[in-house]
Amino acid sequence: MKSFKGSGAHKFTESPVLQLRLPAWRSRFMGILILSALVLLIGRSFYLQILRNDFLQGKGELRYKRELEISASRGRISDRNGEILAVSTPMASVWAIPAEARLSQNEIKRLAGLIELSARDLTLRLASEKSFVFLKRQLPPDIGEKVAALKLRGIGIDKEYRRYYPTGEMAAHVVGFTGVDDKGLEGVELAFDAQLSGKPGSRSVIRDRRGQIVEDAGSIHFPKDGKDTRLSLDMRVQYLAYSQLKQVIADTRAKAGSVVVVDARTGEIIALSNWPTYNPNNRELLSGTQLRNRAITDTYEPGSVIKPFTAALALENEKVRFDTPINCAPGKLTIGTATISDPRPHGTLSVAQVIQKSSNVGSAKIARMLSAKEMWGMLDSIGFGHVTHLGFPGEVSGRMRPWKSWLPIEQATISYGHGFSVSLVQLAKAYTVFARDGDLIPLSLIRLESPPLKTTQVFSPQTVREVRAMLEMAVQPGGTAPKVRIPGYRVAGKTGTAHKVEGGHYAKNKYVASFAGFAPASDPRFVVAVMIDEPEGNMHFGGSVAGPVFTRVMSGLLRLYSVPQDSPSPAEGMHVVQNSGHLSAVRDEERL
Amino acid sequence: MAARFNLFLVLVAVFCALGVVTSQHKSRKLFHAIEVEQERAGQLEVEYGQLQLELSTWATSPRIERVARERLRMRLPEAADIATLAERASP
Repeated sequence: MKSFKGSGAHKFTESPVLQLRLPAWRSRFMGILILSALVLLIGRSFYLQILRNDFLQGKGELRYKRELEISASRGRISDRNGEILAVSTPMASVWAIPAEARLSQNEIKRLAGLIELSARDLTLRLASEKSFVFLKRQLPPDIGEKVAALKLRGIGIDKEYRRYYPTGEMAAHVVGFTGVDDKGLEGVELAFDAQLSGKPGSRSVIRDRRGQIVEDAGSIHFPKDGKDTRLSLDMRVQYLAYSQLKQVIADTRAKAGSVVVVDARTGEIIALSNWPTYNPNNRELLSGTQLRNRAITDTYEPGSVIKPFTAALALENEKVRFDTPINCAPGKLTIGTATISDPRPHGTLSVAQVIQKSSNVGSAKIARMLSAKEMWGMLDSIGFGHVTHLGFPGEVSGRMRPWKSWLPIEQATISYGHGFSVSLVQLAKAYTVFARDGDLIPLSLIRLESPPLKTTQVFSPQTVREVRAMLEMAVQPGGTAPKVRIPGYRVAGKTGTAHKVEGGHYAKNKYVASFAGFAPASDPRFVVAVMIDEPEGNMHFGGSVAGPVFTRVMSGLLRLYSVPQDSPSPAEGMHVVQNSGHLSAVRDEERL
Repeated sequence: MAARFNLFLVLVAVFCALGVVTSQHKSRKLFHAIEVEQERAGQLEVEYGQLQLELSTWATSPRIERVARERLRMRLPEAADIATLAERASP
């Protein structure tokens, strides 16, 4: 300020600029110009920030915010001891966006080498018109990492789960398998899909320039891993059943077969094996026959294994006693126009011997003492004609006609297991009645913490004791399966040899051989049911085909579970059988 | 007096601002660390699954039976080889 004064310059009011007379519109014009530019700017910013803010906000977030999917794994399936039957493990799938992937020859060679594809195939795939192609799916994760390390443009890695079944074909029918999309398609994988499959979660995060996650932004949806499922199967027993079944089918050139092992105390299915089977890890050459879980989804006419139920009902209703004589001569019985016969004619047999020697005539005569309604009611209450409620896909109920339309001949044939059909699981379940104190226990494929409380009483404990004695006789000399013997244990069981039904008629030379039984007979622990479909040759009887399978499976089972012997000295046991006779033995029991 | 107090407040504000910056940085670092660890946990989980798979592949019943029979020359005991001990009556 001082310098201005000192310099003696113009006074402000004397400035020559002020002397100019400019047209007034110029300043007004400039004012309007500046003002309108201002309005334009405000308008634009209003448009961007308030009217269309989502677009810009989205663009901004795109630069730092990422939505990440958190994958959930499918639950494991294990046997009752925790041995893994099915497990999911992540695999790497390599994909490409062909339009973006411009690889040099050298890069193609390296990538092709890693994913085990020829350089030619790889070039072909990259030349695809599609917007997205998979180059190779389900590679081991370490190869995926190597591919990612190449940092090729337009090539990416996805995590995909692959399901493995380490026990392979042994438990294939029970465990089942999943499809490529990790959804259950068969067996337990399908039946318990809801609890096995996980629910993927997601989280949004903020990433820095280097792609590292620095902060969670917004909500996190936690993934829900699938629940592990523990089956009631015991793989040791399952293997035993599987290998014995495989062996007998090879020996008899049979078409198919099944074995079911049930813990009589809890109703848990310890083993369930079918032949033919398949390898769930490699399902390229699968056919429907291999896939079928016959023990659950197929029915057959059970044959003589049903006779003990007829006898039990007659005992229960006090129509007969253990030793009531039944005249089975001359081995033939005509009802209406049909005649039923015994393979070998018998004379007069006691009720117990009818079961021991498996006389059709005898059991038809016992059935005549019963009404159709009573018989139907008993078969209905032990679960025939009902699904077993295992929660398994394709469970069948079997075929059982209503009693009101039964013909007299039908009632006679039903008494020895013809004229209705059951599945092997139903049969095994029905036999728990004899292995327990006359009550029916629901079966389970899932390991139970405690046995189910709700059982249905079908027969009285006294009836069951007598039937057990008859079933013990059936596997002793004079019975239909004298070879079924396990040293140290008392065994009880019944053979069945049924003609197969083909086109509404019984086929002459086609049989279903079966055996159902339990041990130890004094305090039954396990029920084993065996069914062999169309064994060839002379060996078609239940006792000679299915019996040995039962014996080997049961003896292995008793050893594995360290079941105390109930007949420790084999020699002495034989002595009792030969000399004292069964009738007196049971009378002793009755007195007790 | 008032000027001094203002100066003091400015210093406090600057100090706080620096504090916010460092703690923000620290929290991001820790967050990153936990991310890394979680990633590792996931990988270990995967490895556990693979090892479990390997274990059960080695321990399948057919293999155990083969090894027991062929390499270890084991066999099932005959009935005569089994001795049953009577349970001792408890006092």
